[in-house]
Amino acid sequence: MKKLKKGFAIFIFLLPGLFLFVSILIAPIAVSVYRSLYDWNGFSEGTFIGFGNYIELFTNGSIKFMTALKNSLILAFFSVFVQLPFALLLALLLGRGIKREKTFLSIFFMPVLISTVVIGQLWLKIYNPDYGLLNRFLDFVHLGAWKHTWVGEVGTALGSVIVPTIWQYVGYHMLLMYAGVKGVDIDLREAAMLDGATKWQVDRYIVIPIIKPIIRVSVIFAVTGSLKTYDLVRILTEGGPFQTTEVPSTLLENMLFLRNRYGMGSTISVMLIILCFAFALAITAAFKEKD
Amino acid sequence: MESITQKESKPAAKVGIYIFLSIWALINIFPIYFMFTFSLKSNDEIFGKNIIGLPAKWLWSNYATAMKTGNMWLYFLNSIIVTVAAIAISLMAAMMATYAMTRIKWKFSKITNAFFMLGLTIPIQASIVPVYVILSRAHWLNKYSTLIIPYAAFALSMAILICTGFMAEIPSALDEAARIDGCGYFGTFFRIVLPLMKPAVSTVGVYSYLQCWNEFMFANVFISDKAHKTLPVGIKALSGQHTTEWGPIGAALVIATFPTLIAYLFLSRKIQASFIAGAVKG
Repeated sequence: MKKLKKGFAIFIFLLPGLFLFVSILIAPIAVSVYRSLYDWNGFSEGTFIGFGNYIELFTNGSIKFMTALKNSLILAFFSVFVQLPFALLLALLLGRGIKREKTFLSIFFMPVLISTVVIGQLWLKIYNPDYGLLNRFLDFVHLGAWKHTWVGEVGTALGSVIVPTIWQYVGYHMLLMYAGVKGVDIDLREAAMLDGATKWQVDRYIVIPIIKPIIRVSVIFAVTGSLKTYDLVRILTEGGPFQTTEVPSTLLENMLFLRNRYGMGSTISVMLIILCFAFALAITAAFKEKD
Repeated sequence: MESITQKESKPAAKVGIYIFLSIWALINIFPIYFMFTFSLKSNDEIFGKNIIGLPAKWLWSNYATAMKTGNMWLYFLNSIIVTVAAIAISLMAAMMATYAMTRIKWKFSKITNAFFMLGLTIPIQASIVPVYVILSRAHWLNKYSTLIIPYAAFALSMAILICTGFMAEIPSALDEAARIDGCGYFGTFFRIVLPLMKPAVSTVGVYSYLQCWNEFMFANVFISDKAHKTLPVGIKALSGQHTTEWGPIGAALVIATFPTLIAYLFLSRKIQASFIAGAVKG
């Protein structure tokens, strides 16, 4: 009787969570995996084609999946090798306990809070070819030759998406790393300084090794975040010009609304899940190996 | 001690660091300043005479335009409804689940918890196709609940993660005593544990708020009717209509952003803390 009551209680307590989780995440993913093996327009029954969609995804150039994947990997590269080192530098500088440290911290974190749609609209105003700040600044400093239709030219569009993306989330990674830096025992720091270490040496040989788990989390977030990126591309370039700035998520949406290829859309979803998990595992393994 | 203070005061390096930090601070503040000032300007000012200065004439009418013809008041209201409902649902579901998994002893509690934690890595894109197909077949697109339920579901894993940390800090002697006194599981949860979870509510709330308030992909795909658009989708629509008039767009951007920024002004520590709680334990 008592056991029954306990089981019932557990069931009721878990019910809302499980219902949400299974109905919106788990079951749809199972359906995605199943439907990724079909040529399906979303309404008919569809025909089973095995791994046909997967093969087409990588071989049919007109789908642009390779372009999309390349773009998100370029973004991931800049994220890991530009954004994170910069965030680390800020975190280390602030973590030394300088004057106005909290004020700087709060300002640096601010862009993270703003909707990417708002950030995108703002940058559109900066990139605007006729009235945008960037081109007018170039005019002002007599570098008119460097002016571009930033989001509209093949050569500059991808960079125009990458810059705001990187800029917006520097503060996020900085905050995580700063929390780690502040967690380092102050005695440890002082002992090293008394032994004659410079501040940079303290950071390099004491602080960074201690906050390595946080750096790992940041690297995982940076890479999976780049794979999932959507908002800024949708706002700034719509994947253009000539689909050169597509990312997997914008392709996924196109499959639904422009091409009615729901099976292929599911395939892209599944690829995204696989890529996110694979990169997360690979990064974790890489960090383990170094220890 | 003296050697440290001496090393500390290498003035050139110190000034360099401050200049560097100040420049980066300026780069972070400038877009917000730019947004706020051009929201109050006419095209004449923005395009020619006064690009980055304070507005010569403060055009509050841009806000009226954004609110009325741009429907921003409606989108604002929609965002509030969707966000508040999603946070309430996911928070309640998360606290109940956390209670069952950490305070009641049973065989599969650890595995169930690990199962929920899968949600931290699953991208929101993963389920969009089936959810879209099911919703459109059930004629369930373009409602508030079209967004509320998925938002609550995607906020759940993080909410459980954060709640687990907070619930561990409530001494289990407390609810054991209540149980001995004849309080059932439900009584213990609602009367003893829930009231002590207030700090978790704000931490989870902040995190979920930002996730829901700013979410764009689901909203863009699932909502096409004007009556249920949230701010991010509304702004996209507005900027499509007013491509040549920047003032009202600027006003719309400010309207979408100021609640967050004002809250941040007063709660910056708390907001930062909830981001740290969300990531460090993940």
